[in-house]
Amino acid sequence: MFAFEFMRHAFAATGIVAVLSGLVGYFMVLRGESFAGHALSHVGFAGATGALLLGVPPLWGLLVLTVAAGLAMGLGGRGTTQGRDVAIGLVLSCTLGFGLLFLHFLTTSATRATALLFGNVLGVDRAMLGWLALFGAACGAAMAVLSRPLLFASLQPEAAEARGVPMRAVSTAFLAIVAVATAECVQVTGVLLVFALMVGPAATAQRLTASPGRGVVLSIVLAVAEGWGGLALSWWTDCPTSFWISALSTLSYLLACLPGVRRRLKTRAAA
Amino acid sequence: MTGTCCDATVPAPAGPAAPPVRLDRATIRIGGRTILSDASLTVSEGAFVGVLGPNGAGKTSLMRAILGIVPVAAGHISVFGRPVGRGNHDIGYMPQFHGRVVPRLDGRSFIAAALHGERWGLPCDWRWGRHRRHDAAEVDRVLALVRATHLAERPIHQLSGGERQRLLLAQALLGRPRLLLLDEPLASLDPHRQREVVALVNDIRRQLGIAVLFSTHDLNPLLGVMDEVLYVGRGAARLGPVDEVATGPVLSALYGTPVEVIRAGGRIFVVADT
Repeated sequence: MFAFEFMRHAFAATGIVAVLSGLVGYFMVLRGESFAGHALSHVGFAGATGALLLGVPPLWGLLVLTVAAGLAMGLGGRGTTQGRDVAIGLVLSCTLGFGLLFLHFLTTSATRATALLFGNVLGVDRAMLGWLALFGAACGAAMAVLSRPLLFASLQPEAAEARGVPMRAVSTAFLAIVAVATAECVQVTGVLLVFALMVGPAATAQRLTASPGRGVVLSIVLAVAEGWGGLALSWWTDCPTSFWISALSTLSYLLACLPGVRRRLKTRAAA
Repeated sequence: MTGTCCDATVPAPAGPAAPPVRLDRATIRIGGRTILSDASLTVSEGAFVGVLGPNGAGKTSLMRAILGIVPVAAGHISVFGRPVGRGNHDIGYMPQFHGRVVPRLDGRSFIAAALHGERWGLPCDWRWGRHRRHDAAEVDRVLALVRATHLAERPIHQLSGGERQRLLLAQALLGRPRLLLLDEPLASLDPHRQREVVALVNDIRRQLGIAVLFSTHDLNPLLGVMDEVLYVGRGAARLGPVDEVATGPVLSALYGTPVEVIRAGGRIFVVADT
């Protein structure tokens, strides 16, 4: 399958996106912001379709709107969980609605829409690969600087605030990174399935190890394995890549849950 | 004040006379509500001070003001002779325990995340060599202080509320603070565990010679241990020995309602007449 250039591009793109998703997703899950990432991808849908309408590459529309929404969430944030859920849910449906409206004006769009919603990693060209690598590296560098205060702020917000962590700046910067990671992830899994790469591997890793260092590495390894596994399986079975990635992601999470369930049953029996 | 370039690295010569906390006609307001008005008091070196007051009177806000998070509206608050400011390494802070979603991390990682957690860069357990050993030794030290070494490798979500609070206390001791601010460490603990926590905090205070501000809604667990009590209520604050402050007239004024103080069997009951 590596004889074809589009497959080599697809593997490279999936690798880049999976590393970024595994890294960013770990902190997203730790902070309980999975739903925020999901909402950002929907915002991105409106951005991508809007960009198509304007004749601009969809990646730019995606990036502009997701980053803008991420910054807005970060700066406006700090509400109650319930208020946040309602706000995110409203933004989510509103932006999907706008995405639909833009698609309506586009007319030629059935395949485009499917590609945005469910991903089209086989269509990644060399230029796109370059952009993915560039933004991926930028996010990685930003995380290298941010990860320490971010971890502290995520685990013990009050103590972090007291020790002088600039809370709002840290959470806003992180949501901007989530936004870029989401926009990248949409290229592989599509708007609707970003959970598969951003949340699945991270949540699985957090079930399997209690150390953040090992957790991040495991989350990245799982994301890459699931991404590449999905590509290979779709090559052999001729089914969509995103289907396989989401299936592998869910399966690995369920497997990670199994021993825990068994152990819990055992302790209950012993008690 | 000699404004040289070295102020940041060389601590101001606070001297032994500078008290851990000093309020000088301080006023604290939050969202238009006055928590403290024109309050003056001095917490002395190495003292165990119980912080009491009606719910919502501003015990947490007072601590957050000492930490430099809540601004001082008027007057002056100083910590070891220096004006309050965020990121003061002389203060260890144990926030109130919230029942938020508990992460799937072990105790050691949880504490290590707080070690120099305000600096930019990679978390400390991703570093190598000398720094890593140095950091690990500091985490071991605070774990031993709160007698939680055996909890270090266990995932936090499997620990009891009391065990998690000990980890929070350990976190507050990182970096060798000279003043501990403990916000409601006894909340949601049964009486037996409450006595354990008070004894543990008192041991640590004596061992390290540090001052402790300990907020609670019941002063009985602290009787015999605390040196002074600080009552906050209706914008006023009174600091002094328990026998002087925990009296009907003083508390009636602070609560804004007639309060009777009944002493029985070595315990003190504060009863509001209604």
